[in-house]
Amino acid sequence: MDWLQQLFNGISLGSIYALIALGYTMVYGIIKLINFAHGDVFMLGAFVGFFAITRWEMGFIPALITAMIVCAIIGVIIERVAYKRLRNATRIAALTTAIGVSFLIEYTMIFFRGATPEAYPKNVLPEKTIEILGAKLDYKIIFILIVTVILMVLLQFIVHKTKIGKAMRAVSYDADAAKLMGINVDNTISATFAIGSALAGAAGVIFGAYYTRIDPLMGVLPGLKAFIAAVLGGIGSIPGAMVGGFILGIVETIVSAVGYSLWRDAAAFIILILILLLKPAGLFGKNIREKV
Amino acid sequence: MEETKKLKKFASLFLASSLVMGALAGCGGNNESKDSGSSGGGDKDVIKIGANLELTGNVASYGSSIKQGAELAVEEINKNGGIDGKKVELVAVDNKSENSESSAAALRLATQEKVDVMIGPATSGNVLAAVQIANQNKIPMVTASGTAPNVTENENGSINEYVFRTCFIDPFQGVIAANFATEELGVKNVAIFADNSSDYAKGLASAFKEQIEKNGGKVVAEEAYVAKDTDFKSTLTNIKKTNPEFIFIPGYYEEVGLIVKQARELGIDVPLMGADGWDSPKLVELAGAESLNNTFITNHYSSEDPDEKIQDFVKAFNDKYGEKPNAFHALGYDTVYFIKDAIERAGSLDGEKIKDALAATKDISLITGTFSVDEKHNAVKSATILEYKDGKQTFRTKIEP
Repeated sequence: MDWLQQLFNGISLGSIYALIALGYTMVYGIIKLINFAHGDVFMLGAFVGFFAITRWEMGFIPALITAMIVCAIIGVIIERVAYKRLRNATRIAALTTAIGVSFLIEYTMIFFRGATPEAYPKNVLPEKTIEILGAKLDYKIIFILIVTVILMVLLQFIVHKTKIGKAMRAVSYDADAAKLMGINVDNTISATFAIGSALAGAAGVIFGAYYTRIDPLMGVLPGLKAFIAAVLGGIGSIPGAMVGGFILGIVETIVSAVGYSLWRDAAAFIILILILLLKPAGLFGKNIREKV
Repeated sequence: MEETKKLKKFASLFLASSLVMGALAGCGGNNESKDSGSSGGGDKDVIKIGANLELTGNVASYGSSIKQGAELAVEEINKNGGIDGKKVELVAVDNKSENSESSAAALRLATQEKVDVMIGPATSGNVLAAVQIANQNKIPMVTASGTAPNVTENENGSINEYVFRTCFIDPFQGVIAANFATEELGVKNVAIFADNSSDYAKGLASAFKEQIEKNGGKVVAEEAYVAKDTDFKSTLTNIKKTNPEFIFIPGYYEEVGLIVKQARELGIDVPLMGADGWDSPKLVELAGAESLNNTFITNHYSSEDPDEKIQDFVKAFNDKYGEKPNAFHALGYDTVYFIKDAIERAGSLDGEKIKDALAATKDISLITGTFSVDEKHNAVKSATILEYKDGKQTFRTKIEP
């Protein structure tokens, strides 16, 4: 039952991508900024979780929540310091700044603690596997899957059913008009960053617990992959990020499974190029013409 | 970062030049007596061994360990009457784990300190940066742990005449691992899972493959990964499908830790084996003690080796530094004795004669094994096989070449 095992492998990889992609796509959906620092907030979340578990001896869930809170605060600070004053600047200026913030976080981290990796302690999550038709399914994968789905549903609920969600959508549609209607645009954007970064922090802790190794540059590749997942699903679409994450995870696994393991990363980027050429709006994206 | 480095370099250059200027201006006439002290001369009663080592920077732990080992050896030699009645002096210079600093350090040792022999840097890249200076100044250089084959043998097949090493070379570990797999573990069908982004791992993998096929084994799967990967499950599932009895995983502990863990999670319980790249306490943290059971590595030496000579060394080292010596400590210690043996046989401090004596070394018995130097200036010696048991390295066996 190798194909089943490979499917499980693909789902576990994909759910991590999906989790990071959720925050990516949300920030993009509201303020049309590709937040390249997202992968680094993910890294910070992994480290906060690590310290919470090892130094302050918290359990997994308290550590997860701590990391989410800390990352939410960091996300808001990043937005206030770096992106706010660029709100009316060109898109490319904001994008360049995002890349700059990303490097700043990575190398500040290396400056203070060096680039050596840390290992998450064992037994943070139950170390058990169940066998289905000869394929081994890790309890952790089921757990990650559940957390991802819960977070996605929660996010859909916030964006579509709450007052702040309504404000977000209004800001996304037309920030100036929203301001005229009495919506506090600054607070709304801050809230967007807080939620997006909290999701990244959660993904960081889950990544650490699942893969064990964390280091200051761990956010780079998963960040890029999550970006691809978000584009694949239709950037701005929350269910799209989820589906895009799973598709990417499964495709990468298939590429390795047929013996081209060294082509795995290339395959991900080929998907990005193809989707941008053939269906730039992504699988779930709405094709809205830009207002000029 | 680059900017500040440049600034620092500039500042130090400026400082150095202003110091020289000051010295020139101040001293005028009679500073010659001072000079003659350091430039020595033919008949000295001190043998100077220079050490060009990584004392700071990212592989500082290697260089500092070699220095500690070498210092212990020098102390012992001086206590027992020195080499041919002459005291030994160790002059250590920091190369900051950087190639350019390594050649600068070698130059300083060769021209200013006027050392008789040099202990080369710990990593192959830094040794290569110093090779030319050793050859030009005819000062033999012995690296304790530079394992890349091209340290002593250039790509066109010529030998770096003045460069030697105390350690074995990378591909040798692959050969030893293959022999261990067929002879000790008795396996036939093996898989290889190598780090494709490192020359070290690729060298080991090809040497292993060649030897295992010579031994009548069969490579049923050959897969690769790249450094910094985190998810190996799909490739491992592929490997598992071919039912190997043994998997050789040359690479560094950062990825190997995750590979071992994920392999065990997928139910791969066959012996796994690697080389000295696994040797780090982080490996145990990453993989978990339980997953590491039934895994083996080749290494230069083990402090657990029951050999009397090794236990004496472990005790002497522990008395001086209060810790157990690692492989780098042992190699640093051995390097000094390797040099001592050559100087005694050369009967002179002439670089050329010492070089010939080093090249003619035969069956010298040291801590990291008994070895001879072959025509490529490589040490032909035994390797130690360690087995992980509950997260601890234990001595398994020693394999002769």
